[in-house]
Amino acid sequence: MRRRAFAIASFLALALLLVFLVLPIVAIFTHTSPGELIDALGDHSARQALRLSFETAAIAMGVIVVVGTPASYLLATRDFGGRAAVLTLIELPLIVPPAVAGLALLATFGPNGILGSFVSDTGIELVFQTAGVVVALTFVASPYYVRQAVAAFSAVPTSMLEASEQLGARPGRTLLSVAVPTARPGLLAGFSLALGRALGEFGATLMFAGSFPGTTQTAPLAIFAEFNTDFTGALALAAILIALAGALLLSVKLVAGREALGFSP
Amino acid sequence: MRPTRAAATVAIVLSATCAGGCSGSDQGQLRVSAAASLRPAFDDYAANAFPDDQIQQSFAGSDQLAAQIVQGARPDVFASANTQYPEELYARGLLEKPVVFARNRLVLAVPADSGIRSVADVAEPGVSVVIGNPSVPIGAYTHKILARLPASEGSAILANVRSQEPDVSSIVGKLTQGAADAAFVYVTDVRATAGSVRAIPLPDSLQPEVAYGIGVLSHAPDPELARRYVQGLEPGGSGVRYLRQAGFLPPG
Repeated sequence: MRRRAFAIASFLALALLLVFLVLPIVAIFTHTSPGELIDALGDHSARQALRLSFETAAIAMGVIVVVGTPASYLLATRDFGGRAAVLTLIELPLIVPPAVAGLALLATFGPNGILGSFVSDTGIELVFQTAGVVVALTFVASPYYVRQAVAAFSAVPTSMLEASEQLGARPGRTLLSVAVPTARPGLLAGFSLALGRALGEFGATLMFAGSFPGTTQTAPLAIFAEFNTDFTGALALAAILIALAGALLLSVKLVAGREALGFSP
Repeated sequence: MRPTRAAATVAIVLSATCAGGCSGSDQGQLRVSAAASLRPAFDDYAANAFPDDQIQQSFAGSDQLAAQIVQGARPDVFASANTQYPEELYARGLLEKPVVFARNRLVLAVPADSGIRSVADVAEPGVSVVIGNPSVPIGAYTHKILARLPASEGSAILANVRSQEPDVSSIVGKLTQGAADAAFVYVTDVRATAGSVRAIPLPDSLQPEVAYGIGVLSHAPDPELARRYVQGLEPGGSGVRYLRQAGFLPPG
C-alpha cells in the first residue's frame, strides 16, 4: 500500500515536472504559425543575430574543448593538494548570476579592470566587440563541460591508462587515443550542456559586450530587444533558436547514446 | 493515512504562503511599473509618502514595461518616460486616462575624468558611444538629438555607437564601468551617480520634448490607493518634492 502511494506520488511529480518544463517551450510554437517562422527566418536582423549566436558559440566551444579537456584530464587522473578547491573554483561560474558574471568580466577585462591595461596593451578589444561575446560565453559555459569531463575521465579505468603508458604511449597520446574515446559519451554530454548554455547566454553578454546588431547582439539579446516592439517577431526568433539548439543537442545526444550502447563508429 | 497527511501538509504550506502575501485590508498593496530613470524619485516617494503601505516598484525600460502590460502583466500604476506608451495602453483600454507629471532634459554624459568637452568631441573617430535601443524612450530621444545635429556630425556619432542598451540604468552602468566614453542620458541619471559621471549640457535647440506620462491600470484591485499614488505626483502633491530633488522639471 505504502509502496503504491509512493509510486503514484513519484509519477505525479514526474508528470508535473514534465508539463512545467515542456509547456512554455510548446507555447512558443503554438503562438507562431509556420508561415511566421519562415517570415522571421527571412528577416535580415534575425538571421544576423542567429548567425552571430552560432559563430560565437562555436568559437567558445572550441576554446572550451581545447583548454578544458586536458585540464579535466589532469583533475581526474592526478591527486594533488587543493584539488577539491580547484574543482570548486572552476564550478563557481555555475552559481554566479549572469549579470554578476558580466560585472565580474568588466571588473577583470574592462578598461578599468584589473587586467584592463594589459588587455589594451595587447591591442585586443573585448568590450563592445564580438570577441567580448566569446569571452562571456566561454566564462559561463566552460564549467558545464569541465564538470562532466572530470566525471567522465574519472570513470575511465586506471588500468587502461597505465597499460597504454606501459606500451610506450606518451601521456598526450594516451589522452587522445585511450581516455577521450572511452570517456566520449560523458564528454559529449558535457559539450551539449555547455553549448546549450552558450547559445542561451544573455546577461553576461549584455553587461560585458553590450548589444549591437551584427557585432554583439546574439539571438537572446535580439529576442529581448524585439520583445518590446514586435512580440510575434521575438517569438518566431525564439522558436527558431529552440528548434536549432534542440536539433544540435539531440544530435549530440544521439551520438553519445549510440556510443554508450556500443555502436561506436 | 498517508494521503491525508500529505493533504494536511499542502494546506499548511498554502496557509503559510498566504500569511506573507494575502494580508488583510489594513495595509494597502500597490505595484508600480516605472521607467528606470524614475527610480531615485519613486523610491523616496514610496518610502516617505506611503510608509504604511506595501509598495512594490519595478523599474525597467518603459517599452519593456508597456510590452509586459500588453502581454498580460497587471501592475496597478504605469509610469513611462514618454507619453506615447501610456496613450497606447489607454487606447487599448488597459490604462485609465494618463496624465503628464514631469519633464526631463537630456545631457551628454561622460566619466568624471573624461577629456570630452562637447558634442563635437564625441563625433571624433574612436570614441565609444552608448545609446538606448530605438524602442526605449531614451533611445528615441537620442535619435531626435542626432537628427538635429549637422548631418556629418550626427552620422559620425551614430558610427561611434558601440551598444544599444535596454534602459538608462544599463547605459549609465557602461559609463561608470569605463566601458563607454560617452552616452546620451537624462540629466536626472547623472545626478543619481553622485559624481562618477559628468554631464555636458545640450542646448535648447537640440532638446527633444521629454514628458513623463503616468496612469492607473484599468481594473486595478485597489484603485483608491493607485489614484492617490498618481495624484501625489501631480502639481501640489506630496511626491513633487522628490521629483524636484531628483532633478525632474514640472509638467507645465
